[in-house]
Amino acid sequence: MRDQPSATEIRVAHRLHAGWWVATALVAVLAAALLRSLLTNPNLQLDVVREYFFSAEILRGLARTLELTAIAMLAGIAIGVLTAVMRLSPVKLLSGIAGAYVWFFRGTPLLVQIIFWYNLSALFPELTLGIPFGGPTFQAWDTNVVVTPLMASLLALALNEGAYMAEIVRGGILSVDQGQQEAARALGMRGRRVMRRIILPQAMRVVVPPTGNQVISMLKSSALVSVTSMPELLYSAQLVYQRTFQTIPLLIVASLWYLVVTTLLSIGQFYVERRYARGSRNTLPPTPWQRLRALRVRGAAA
Amino acid sequence: MSEVILRVRDVHKRYGALEVLKGVDLDVERGEVMCIIGPSGSGKSTLLRSLNHLETIDRGRVELSGELIGYRERGQTLVSLPEKELAAQRARIGMVFQSFNLFPHLTVLQNVVEAPVGVLGRPIAQAREDARRLLARVGLEHRTDAYPRQLSGGQQQRVAIARALAMDPEVVLFDEPTSALDPELVGEVLDVMKDLAEGGLTMVVVTHEIGFAREVGSSLLFMDGGVVVERGAPRAVLEDPQQERTRAFLSKVL
Repeated sequence: MRDQPSATEIRVAHRLHAGWWVATALVAVLAAALLRSLLTNPNLQLDVVREYFFSAEILRGLARTLELTAIAMLAGIAIGVLTAVMRLSPVKLLSGIAGAYVWFFRGTPLLVQIIFWYNLSALFPELTLGIPFGGPTFQAWDTNVVVTPLMASLLALALNEGAYMAEIVRGGILSVDQGQQEAARALGMRGRRVMRRIILPQAMRVVVPPTGNQVISMLKSSALVSVTSMPELLYSAQLVYQRTFQTIPLLIVASLWYLVVTTLLSIGQFYVERRYARGSRNTLPPTPWQRLRALRVRGAAA
Repeated sequence: MSEVILRVRDVHKRYGALEVLKGVDLDVERGEVMCIIGPSGSGKSTLLRSLNHLETIDRGRVELSGELIGYRERGQTLVSLPEKELAAQRARIGMVFQSFNLFPHLTVLQNVVEAPVGVLGRPIAQAREDARRLLARVGLEHRTDAYPRQLSGGQQQRVAIARALAMDPEVVLFDEPTSALDPELVGEVLDVMKDLAEGGLTMVVVTHEIGFAREVGSSLLFMDGGVVVERGAPRAVLEDPQQERTRAFLSKVL
């Protein structure tokens, strides 16, 4: 070895970009000005926000929103997986029905679907269980008793969600290499097992990110069910400000809660994505804790 | 000796207007290593894939130990088997693919254990023990917990071989097992295959490795244009081909 500087002596100097600094300063000033005008605005009534943030009425609304989101999302995912598998079926009738379902429920406004299910009794006053085409009837119910506002809301949200999830799951299944299917079949696996053990776990990597999007979207579109007089989070806030006329602070209360839940969901999504990234990457992305620890180690070393 | 494991008669296959297989016959005996060579598009991979019914056939019959594969005879016509019976037949035939097709979401050990447990219903502890033994046989006992992506191509193909062997197949089909490998990794896979051949495994190998066919193969088939052009002992076919087409092909690859 000749006299060369050792690796630790060589430094890379990154170029300074004057433009970036100017732009950063400009944006920082603008943001500060906006924040100041907001926080010093007495119309914001932060004391009212504080007063209602943990009020029983708002928390009940929040619980209802979480309940709607969870049930509709789980049902939507189940419907979506089933529909996606049907759409990919070689049986024309099955794929046709699945395609028509997706076409209809994606193609009409969610609000219309909610109102429709809420008013189902106008179309079918009675729901019956029996043999179709004039056969005997075993049981009959009054539609208005069965389809409560909660039931109508869940039906609408889940069926709408199922149509979107079907496309997401279908995309995931198609993203799995054809050779996987062949290898599994060559080992003597049958269709359902191939799907459950080989195809779907691999599809998850593609399915999870857009599904996280859907959960967050569902959290907020569940506010539409207020048309069925379901006091979920937004409608609960509205009920309060209709009494007190404190519109802006109560909208802030609701929005803050939506932000809190969205934040928690995003964190959950990170870990779920990480779980399904196993085997598709050489190293998993670090968790925030691991990143923090790495930062501390580097800080200590400097 | 001379117990026929695979019997293929008059197999035809067409994709639309293109006739890929135009009547192929062959017999594979227990312990035989049959190598199939031929130019690309000659139908050799399609033939191999029709042996475990990954490809349907249009005419002819494939029998595994005397049992018709993929179909049931009803008078003069062959009717496709229900999925359950088809799967049971496939479980008796191992297959190793050109592109490995390991399950990327499962570890090496899980890849090997999946089918013996899920399809044959073996107890998991026993399946794991068998898998470790097979992985040791292909020289990978130290990588059981790795994911396929973390392995080289040669290692992945050796895991794929262990996965096929874990089902105790009556015959293993190899579809160009070294064609996707970097040149320096071909040897390690061929060594494993040679070891299996010496251990008495019945193998049908579609390959471009003429050296392997000569050294390890007990019979050699040259295919072109959807038919078997020439067959015989590997040395005889390679050193003294009788057909013009065989000579032309060998002059290009040797």
